[in-house]
Amino acid sequence: MRLMSLILTMAFAALSFGLAAAPARADIQVNVNRGDVQPLPIAIPAFNGGQVGADIAAVISANLNRSGLFRPIDPASFTEHDLTTAVQPRFPAWQQINAQALINGDVTVVNGQLKVAFRLWDVAAEKQLLGQEFTASPENWRRVAHKISDAVYENLTGEKGYFDTRVVFVAEAGRGSARATRLAIMDQDGANPSYLTDGSAIVMSPRFSSTSQEITYMSLRPESSAIYLLNLDTVRRESLGQFPGQVMAPRFSPDGSKVAFSVDRSGNTDIFVMDLRNHSSARLTTDPAIDTSPSFSPDGGRIAFNSDRSGTAQLYVMAADGSNPHRISFGQGRYTDPVWSPTGEFIAFTKQTGGEFHIGVMKPDGSDERILTTSYLDEGPTWAPNGRVLMFSRQAAGGPSKLWTVDVTGRILQPVPYPQGASQPAWSPLLQ
Amino acid sequence: MVIRFNRKTALRLVLMGTAAVSLAACAHHPKPSYPTTTTAPPANTEPPPINRPTPPAPVSQGPIPGTEQDFVVNVGDRVYFDFDHFDIRADAQPILGAQADWLKRYQGVAVRIEGNCDERGTREYNLALGARRANAVREFLVSHGIDPARITTISYGKEKPIDAGSGDEADQHNRNGHTAIVSGAQSR
Repeated sequence: MRLMSLILTMAFAALSFGLAAAPARADIQVNVNRGDVQPLPIAIPAFNGGQVGADIAAVISANLNRSGLFRPIDPASFTEHDLTTAVQPRFPAWQQINAQALINGDVTVVNGQLKVAFRLWDVAAEKQLLGQEFTASPENWRRVAHKISDAVYENLTGEKGYFDTRVVFVAEAGRGSARATRLAIMDQDGANPSYLTDGSAIVMSPRFSSTSQEITYMSLRPESSAIYLLNLDTVRRESLGQFPGQVMAPRFSPDGSKVAFSVDRSGNTDIFVMDLRNHSSARLTTDPAIDTSPSFSPDGGRIAFNSDRSGTAQLYVMAADGSNPHRISFGQGRYTDPVWSPTGEFIAFTKQTGGEFHIGVMKPDGSDERILTTSYLDEGPTWAPNGRVLMFSRQAAGGPSKLWTVDVTGRILQPVPYPQGASQPAWSPLLQ
Repeated sequence: MVIRFNRKTALRLVLMGTAAVSLAACAHHPKPSYPTTTTAPPANTEPPPINRPTPPAPVSQGPIPGTEQDFVVNVGDRVYFDFDHFDIRADAQPILGAQADWLKRYQGVAVRIEGNCDERGTREYNLALGARRANAVREFLVSHGIDPARITTISYGKEKPIDAGSGDEADQHNRNGHTAIVSGAQSR
């Protein structure tokens, strides 16, 4: 719970400084839509201010590198070593090493608060693109680095960033019948992992609410299954209630007022929705087949779900009241795990063909199917809040499950720097 | 405590049981638990004892009838399913029939049917598939005269594999319905 209380006590102040009132848009632009884009060479020297300055620069560099859209240049090649935010860099020194962008910064401690100023420069055009200052308590230096990463990413790509976010997931230890699972949460870059359950029950299907302060998940014991709501600020846990049958697969509606989930009764799994304000629930599907894994569209009007009513598992979309269910997946193989993107543009899924598993995306009408990954076992995609990156779990035959990310073009595939066994990631919205 | 079915252990216990003549009641041979493995060798491969001195009381008499161990060893507590299927296979029917017979003999026993899946499916789908498997076993027992009030079901999906391996053999082991005794069995 340490992490949660830190975030509660933190206050950020971001100030623009420098010449431009609005951030300047550069000659350099990173195009996130092109699958063959060359990563932008960017120089990120250690910020002034000792170890924390070096650490902040390293976190920014790692974030931008993992996005696949930037290529941080080896600091050993840098020739200008006395950068400060008070003066312009000597641009030829950075042009010489083919840097297209440069980030420099100064870290000071004022009244016990960390003050981090940074500037983003267009090296070729020799002009500032961005100048900002953040104030935070010293233990939150990583979040400052993530916020700077988001500001740089947004300036250079024109899209919102996704670095100041967290991921809730299932931490796994052991194999076979000795396998134990714990509900866990960490920063998107694998830092600050903490564990929210003790491993005595199987936990599955964690999801964030739109506020990032509440999660829902299911807990499975031999005698019972339950869906819980867990408030990360108060650490208060509340059961959704008792249902005849086994409950599964909970997700929040986009406004956080409802939870959709499925219930198995005598071998028939159907989707229900509960209004959290009065705990009334309604049944949305009645087909005798499996209906599970609901996912709301970002406007809350529709629900994508998984059903094998056609004979094998396929993707369907229905109105949020259960009306007009229709199939959207028609390719070869089994489709499961539909997840609507935050922008509404795509539905991500897991696809199983022959002996392989894939993460893919398609439009909500089923068109433009695109396969992004292939392995022995990829499953359970979740979207970064900007809809550009998916996190999922990958398991090699006989190996542990690990977390990976892939961008929506399928070009940039990266392991998440969390070394332990993990599955079922769910990405938070951008933190406030 | 749930005794996990181990094929080698089970075979050894059966061999000991057949050597002890007094346990002739346990006449039927348990089905080989995993359809992918070869059938158990016949009991007479065990060489008969020669010049046996006056026998002391047997060290092991096999499971005591009516115990959980009796159910696991002599009846079989697990049946297996085909990939992405939940229909009761032909090789599962005699085992479930024997489970029903045993449950009729020991009326005080309550069971929990646990549906399990292999890793070649996604988690939430498998949770629903495991529920179908558990329900298929339950319906078989009910149709063979067992009071539904004695049976609960749960699906573990692919969350509790009995075989930690990957591959066809492990996958077959992990696609199962497990009949776990929760109360009413005689203690040893």
